[in-house]
Amino acid sequence: MKKKQIITRRAAISTGVAALGALLIPGCNRPMPPNYGNILRMGDNFTYAAHRALLSSKSLAKEYSFSDISSMPATGTINPADTSKDYFSEAYDKHLRTGFENWQLPVEGLVARPGSYSLNQLKKFNARTQITRHTCEEGWTAIAEWTGVPLRALLEHAGIMPKARWVNFYSYDGWLDGLDLIDAFHPQTILAYGMNGKNLSIPHGAPVRLRLERQIGFKSMKYIEKIVVSEEYIDPGDYGWAWYNGF
Amino acid sequence: MDYSESSQIEKAKHKPWVKTSHWIITLSFLILVFTGIEILMVHPRLYWGEVGNELTPAFLEFPISRNYQRSDWEEQIPFFDSEDSPVSAGRLGEEEMFNQNGWGRSLHLLAAWFLVLTGLFYLIIGLLSGHFQKHIWPKLKELTPKKFFRDLKEHFKLKISPPTGGPQYGLLQKLSYMGIIFIALPMAIITGFTMSPAITAAYPFLLDIFGGYQSARTIHFFTSTSLEIFMVVHVLMIVLSGFKAQIRYMTIGK
Repeated sequence: MKKKQIITRRAAISTGVAALGALLIPGCNRPMPPNYGNILRMGDNFTYAAHRALLSSKSLAKEYSFSDISSMPATGTINPADTSKDYFSEAYDKHLRTGFENWQLPVEGLVARPGSYSLNQLKKFNARTQITRHTCEEGWTAIAEWTGVPLRALLEHAGIMPKARWVNFYSYDGWLDGLDLIDAFHPQTILAYGMNGKNLSIPHGAPVRLRLERQIGFKSMKYIEKIVVSEEYIDPGDYGWAWYNGF
Repeated sequence: MDYSESSQIEKAKHKPWVKTSHWIITLSFLILVFTGIEILMVHPRLYWGEVGNELTPAFLEFPISRNYQRSDWEEQIPFFDSEDSPVSAGRLGEEEMFNQNGWGRSLHLLAAWFLVLTGLFYLIIGLLSGHFQKHIWPKLKELTPKKFFRDLKEHFKLKISPPTGGPQYGLLQKLSYMGIIFIALPMAIITGFTMSPAITAAYPFLLDIFGGYQSARTIHFFTSTSLEIFMVVHVLMIVLSGFKAQIRYMTIGK
């Protein structure tokens, strides 16, 4: 006896295509970084769209207990005042010599009250302390306690405007990187000035670094110099790495 | 099963959806192996638990890149006053390290998307069309120790039957395909998910079931190794049973 086909090839293919389309729709009305016509960057953007469509934007990264704190290597730039490096920063060198006394963090772009925040002003905001896992793209992990001001509090204090879509960070060692507003407003996204109960050390990004707990480690930018809020993605160019690193 | 039905199954050829997903998954898998090795070369150390880095001991380290047993560090500084305090140290000479993860990671994830989406398509059609029930899951009467050992002995004697051109599989063949389809590939994918900070934030139980990020990474490695062993044996069986005919049946189908 010939069985009636439950599912035809045509039905299967059209269902598959529809499902793929559904996955991409939420990504389409969202501002996307350019893919530079590069198939790898297209894949990165697809991952971003899929994560935003399928994962709750409010979920919190796992937090650990104090006894879980582990050894942690400091990698990448470990001192922007190192004159032997390309990334040497004269401005950072000056701040380092004065113990970051005159250090200020400018918040510019689409904010009603652009201005600069000293370290003491940042410490006056309600602080958040979290013990989280740093997940490096290389494959290693470390757990540390981070203390800082939630980025959201700072953005609201500066009066972030409704048409803002991106929060961009510039660092003393020459990096530019952006976050969408879901990550920027996430409760665990903080500008950390404390690590394991002490002031953030130079190798780990003093005086202030970002902690972005739902992405890979290098997105938590060290040595932050400036924050710029924008409507368009500020393009650092295709430097060979994914822009979104939730994976 | 009556005679006419069984002869109908005898004649069944590989279905186009099976062939298409087979080759997409093959290509994805080869890219995943290649980029997976590249990613492991950047940090060729395996750990258990949540944490593992160059300042903590590894249970396995592979001499597969110049990053093997690197020891170029600034002085270690303890975080706390206690004797057994965890430490921090700045890495020196990073410019000399091997790291191609910029394209390696993005290509690994791109290939993983093809594997996951094709795998889902394959699983859904396989279940709904009855392909698994008919061709992959061993029949109860096939599952006897006697038949199992007979099939095993034939394999060791390298007596591999010629291809039928369709999914008429032997017992060992069915069991190994089941292992790949329902255990190894899903395990590789789920341990991969467990290495995503965004996915584990949404589904923290993933970290609990594997005992942490580094455990998941270690299981991911050994699962991939088992898949690679499968692939080698699979290709060997294809060669022994008639390479040209097998490739023809799995492509143009004649």
